[in-house]
Amino acid sequence: MNDFAANFFNLQILARVWPLLLTGLTTTVLLSIVIVPAGLTIGMLVALLHSFRSYGLRWAMIIYVDLFRAYPPLVLLIYVYYGLPFFGIDTDAFWSVVLALVLNTSAYFAEVFRAGIEGIPSGQVQAARATGLGGLQTMRYVVLPQAIRNMLPDLLSNGLESVKLTSLASVVTLPELLRAARLAQGNTVNATPLIAASLMYLAFLWPLVRLTTRLERRTLSAR
Amino acid sequence: MQTFSSNFLNWDVVQTYLPDLLAGMWVTISLAAIILFCGLLGGTGLALVRMARLRLLNAVIIVFVDVVRALPPLMLMVVAYFGLPYLGVRLTGFAVACIVLASVLAAFTEELLWAGLSTVSVGQYEAARSTGLTFLQMMGSVVLPQAFRLIQAPLASRIIATTKNTALASVVAVPELLSQANTAQGYSGNASPLTAASLGYLVILLPMVVAARRLERARGAI
Repeated sequence: MNDFAANFFNLQILARVWPLLLTGLTTTVLLSIVIVPAGLTIGMLVALLHSFRSYGLRWAMIIYVDLFRAYPPLVLLIYVYYGLPFFGIDTDAFWSVVLALVLNTSAYFAEVFRAGIEGIPSGQVQAARATGLGGLQTMRYVVLPQAIRNMLPDLLSNGLESVKLTSLASVVTLPELLRAARLAQGNTVNATPLIAASLMYLAFLWPLVRLTTRLERRTLSAR
Repeated sequence: MQTFSSNFLNWDVVQTYLPDLLAGMWVTISLAAIILFCGLLGGTGLALVRMARLRLLNAVIIVFVDVVRALPPLMLMVVAYFGLPYLGVRLTGFAVACIVLASVLAAFTEELLWAGLSTVSVGQYEAARSTGLTFLQMMGSVVLPQAFRLIQAPLASRIIATTKNTALASVVAVPELLSQANTAQGYSGNASPLTAASLGYLVILLPMVVAARRLERARGAI
């Protein structure tokens, strides 16, 4: 039992690696605050393409979404990270991660927005237009306010998934939280840093998980 | 353009490593099959146990589900692969990938199914019981089919996500498709094996994604 505490909950070790873990946490947070808003914005733009009544745009959107839903983000990341230098593009690990994860996560957000917009009955749009609102006004005052309420659980759980995905950055040696924990574990020959990093993730993400569960339940019982 | 095709679409390089890549694809498929089977079964089991409404047991299930949903799967795999040996437990990468990814799928399945089960109307349960069905018969032939119908779309995207996550096993030294492609790319100094692996993943996953889209459409039509 003593062995267990010394190897997994060792406070001396924790004190030693704490600064390294904090730097890792900062990078994880930084990655998240770049990737989630970028993914949301691009996802919304892609979904708007779908609401134009053009067959070509609609198919382009479906292919974009399905391609990135089918393509494992880790493979995409490695392809971007090791592939771009062959083009003579100098890839920084941070921006490779941002590029790969934004491509991946924007496809998911696009699908959520599309489903949300399509879920609004067409009578709403027709009524709005009949009262003299323009196309953009209809989107802004009638469709989006209703759609966003329905989409909230899915948007939240996608956001959560993209934050979790930032841990993939460790594979291309970007020292975010997971990578920092691995380095610390190697230096100290002790599992405490891994446990500490897990607890850090939990502290940030558990409240989000609880919130998602509650919102999802509310949507399902409203159906 | 020349450099693009010789670096990314070089058939000679792919051909050299094709046996390795195919072996990797086979590992990916078997990994996915084991994980999907255990995860779906485990998640259904957990949801059924939760139906018994034993307070302590339910608390354990809820904490397990939340923790596994909150942590990145790669973090869990790293803890299991690099952390457990300090306890004298040494698992192979394959076992770690199976246990971790199946647990993650089980957690998501339990969560979805539990929500689905609470949505099936009480009358269905009562009617099934009053016709003389046992608890398991009621679940198996009346309630579970309806619950699974309600959650089929989100469950399908979870199954796809789990299959994609098998690529994480490359981090714990499982010689699956991505790992083989990465090694080949390192040896040959050429990105074509990664292109081939990408195609391999799309061959496995695109049919699943298209099928999932069909399911969503079908549900939307009702």
